[in-house]
Amino acid sequence: MSEGKSEISIEALRRGDRGEFARLVDAYSGPLYRLALKMLGTASDAEDALQNTFLKAFQHMDSFEERSSLSTWLYRIASNEALMLLRKRRPEISFADTMAEEEDERNYDPVQFTDWCCLPEEEYLSAEGRKAMDRAVEHLPETLRIVFVLRDIEDLSIQETSQVLGLSETAVKTRLLRARLRLREELSSYYGDRLNKRSKE
Amino acid sequence: MSAKKPSLTQCQSLLVFLSDFVDGTLSDELCQEINSHASECEHCRIVVDTLRKTISLYHECADEPAEIPGEVRSQLFKTLNLQDYLKP
Repeated sequence: MSEGKSEISIEALRRGDRGEFARLVDAYSGPLYRLALKMLGTASDAEDALQNTFLKAFQHMDSFEERSSLSTWLYRIASNEALMLLRKRRPEISFADTMAEEEDERNYDPVQFTDWCCLPEEEYLSAEGRKAMDRAVEHLPETLRIVFVLRDIEDLSIQETSQVLGLSETAVKTRLLRARLRLREELSSYYGDRLNKRSKE
Repeated sequence: MSAKKPSLTQCQSLLVFLSDFVDGTLSDELCQEINSHASECEHCRIVVDTLRKTISLYHECADEPAEIPGEVRSQLFKTLNLQDYLKP
């Protein structure tokens, strides 16, 4: 979500200019929908999160402080919406459980050592490959997933990600590394299998 | 994670720098240390290469335009009471 969308007038939004709101929705709904989809995994939940994000943005336009950019503010609302929906969906899993799982350092030691970088290019982003990549993201604990999605999918900087989530930059970096190491393990499993199958063909 | 066993401690201590290494934001000194270690430790070389590949695959997907389906957009505009601005 580039700052090229900065031509949207904050002043007009604050005045309640509906045409400007419509432009805001068109400018930001694509990336915010993708974030929600990656976080929640289903189109219907992502749609709910997207609607709630814009409803809240419209209701709370007055509280938008220009210290942060409009995109950072919208990502913050969208991230909170997605995390709230996830917690509603699984109330039996407490935030403390998620944190305990995330904090266990043993969960990040590499165990897959197949070099799958030599596969033919068409293998990587095949329909099946993309599904494996999406599954790997879904399997991340939500505290890691949100950091990974903001940084590596939505291309926010470490600093922007820390502003969106209200975390220190160190915490963002730690979670990002953990997320990436987990994803590497899962992709190693999938693409390692592909490598084996190809060598037997 | 070492095949030739330079030392498990060394492998683990490098792990923490891998994100910055792959992103190109690590100091030259530490980069050299990782490169030199990975040239002797096959497991670490594989971890570095496959981590880099993992991230680049996600970046490649993310470079594709993020669009919402037409019906999701229509419903969104209706919910927000903006349907009079709903142009194709």
